[in-house]
Amino acid sequence: MKTLKVLVSTACFVGMAVSTHAEESAALSIDGQEFTIQTAAPAHAENLDEVTSGWIYRAKETQALQLDDFDNPGFVFVDQAIDLWNEVDGGEGKACASCHDDVEQFAGLRTTLPRVEGGKVVTMEDLVNTCRTDHMGAEPWKYSGGQMTAMTALIGLQSRGMPMNVAIDGEAAEFWEEGKELYYTRVGQLDMACSNCHEDNYDTMIRADHLSQGQTNGFPTYRLKNAKLNSTHARFKGCMKNIRAEPYKVGGEEFKSLELYIASRGQGLSVETPSVRN
Amino acid sequence: MRIIGLSIAVAGFLASPLAAEPVAPGDVKYEDGVVEASLTGVAGDPANGRDVFKNRKLGNCLACHVNADMPEESFHGEVGPEMTGAADRWEEQELRAIVANSKMVFEDSIMPAFYQNAGFERTLEKFEGKTILTAQQVEDVLAYLQTLKE
Ligand code: HEC
Ligand code: HEC
Repeated sequence: MKTLKVLVSTACFVGMAVSTHAEESAALSIDGQEFTIQTAAPAHAENLDEVTSGWIYRAKETQALQLDDFDNPGFVFVDQAIDLWNEVDGGEGKACASCHDDVEQFAGLRTTLPRVEGGKVVTMEDLVNTCRTDHMGAEPWKYSGGQMTAMTALIGLQSRGMPMNVAIDGEAAEFWEEGKELYYTRVGQLDMACSNCHEDNYDTMIRADHLSQGQTNGFPTYRLKNAKLNSTHARFKGCMKNIRAEPYKVGGEEFKSLELYIASRGQGLSVETPSVRN
Repeated sequence: MRIIGLSIAVAGFLASPLAAEPVAPGDVKYEDGVVEASLTGVAGDPANGRDVFKNRKLGNCLACHVNADMPEESFHGEVGPEMTGAADRWEEQELRAIVANSKMVFEDSIMPAFYQNAGFERTLEKFEGKTILTAQQVEDVLAYLQTLKE
């Protein structure tokens, strides 16, 4: 197995590298609920045998924070979103709660997003902002801002534990292809594609970082690095800047297609929103 | 013009063969996975090369290569081969090609080209048209790699 091979190859050198490699036995269970963190890859992820959650590759202490909602710092923001859910805003004098009685009605929604509608990729951020502008008469939230990531975490949480299951056929096919193209295109002065790190080298240390498959099932994700919830597009942007590439626009068409493609690579993994990463 | 006058003065003053202009990134000659000539004509400094190897803002080679010569550094990446014995496996001229543009030696490598300044897509503006390392830093890294014997 890949994990074993990597472990053996580093074990022989003087022991300076930290052995943070994925443990076969690790299981993610929160409050009695089991999560699928490793499963057979869907046929359309043709270069992968298995798909794995980013949780597997995190250090023990980071993993532990996700095992208990009281320890998970992401829940501070979920609580803020509950307040926002009930807060009247905009010209129509409405809150989210005025139209949707309970946020629990959104169970399952996260697993199907992004989806393609009317010739466009629609993300959860788009759905939230459409409600704000069209139904509440309120200003749209910043695509990757604090209010938005809090709200997408609250809505995503309702699907926690359910398998990712985005549609990639029919109307979605062309956007999926576009996302795939972006995934394999080398960019930046370091001249790398997402695939170079997250497909060819996952479960490998890149200096202090243990590379995962770059899956999106945990988003928005709380990062210890910046102590807040991070959106999918913000993470894409960060990875592009690290390879010294000009990122695509957060909330723009390229990132939405990429988000659809990557979500489809994680088909079958449980939604972990809000996950904890470093 | 003032700038031209100045550069002529400098050129006159440095007109020894050793201080020739470095070979421009586009002019480096790759022949069968080898770059024969030094990029600068100035011998590499292995001590500086060692720093370039580990410095995250310079080579950051340690991001991908385990290097037993640097036990003081806690994080060694494992994306590429270990560096121990690199000097036994490769000649200086081969190492020059690997570092300047690894793709000339290893097809489709993930390893960045450290002395290449064109042919990239969407490079961040502040790195546009620039090489990751200077010609002399490449020569310094080569001098350092040559000390890595089994
Ligand atoms: C130079 C290596 C590298 C490249 C290239 C790269 N990433 Fe990453 N990425 C990382 C590292 C390191 C992390 C943090 C550890 C991890 O989860 O892999 C990360 C994390 C992620 C995560 C978070 C995963 C999680 O479970 O929290 C996503 C999503 C992601 N990357 C997407 C991308 C996309 C999309 C691209 C291409 C535009 C890309 N990455 C290119 C190195 C890279
Ligand atoms: C992002 C990863 C990455 C970085 C950064 C990187 N390399 Fe590499 N390097 C590789 C890989 C992978 C190979 C193996 C060839 C291949 O499969 O592409 C390699 C091969 C080599 C080899 C030949 C190895 C052998 O012993 O057979 C040398 C020497 C080398 N690299 C030196 C360097 C130096 C010096 C730097 C920094 C200036 C550097 N590398 C930066 C990934 C990297």
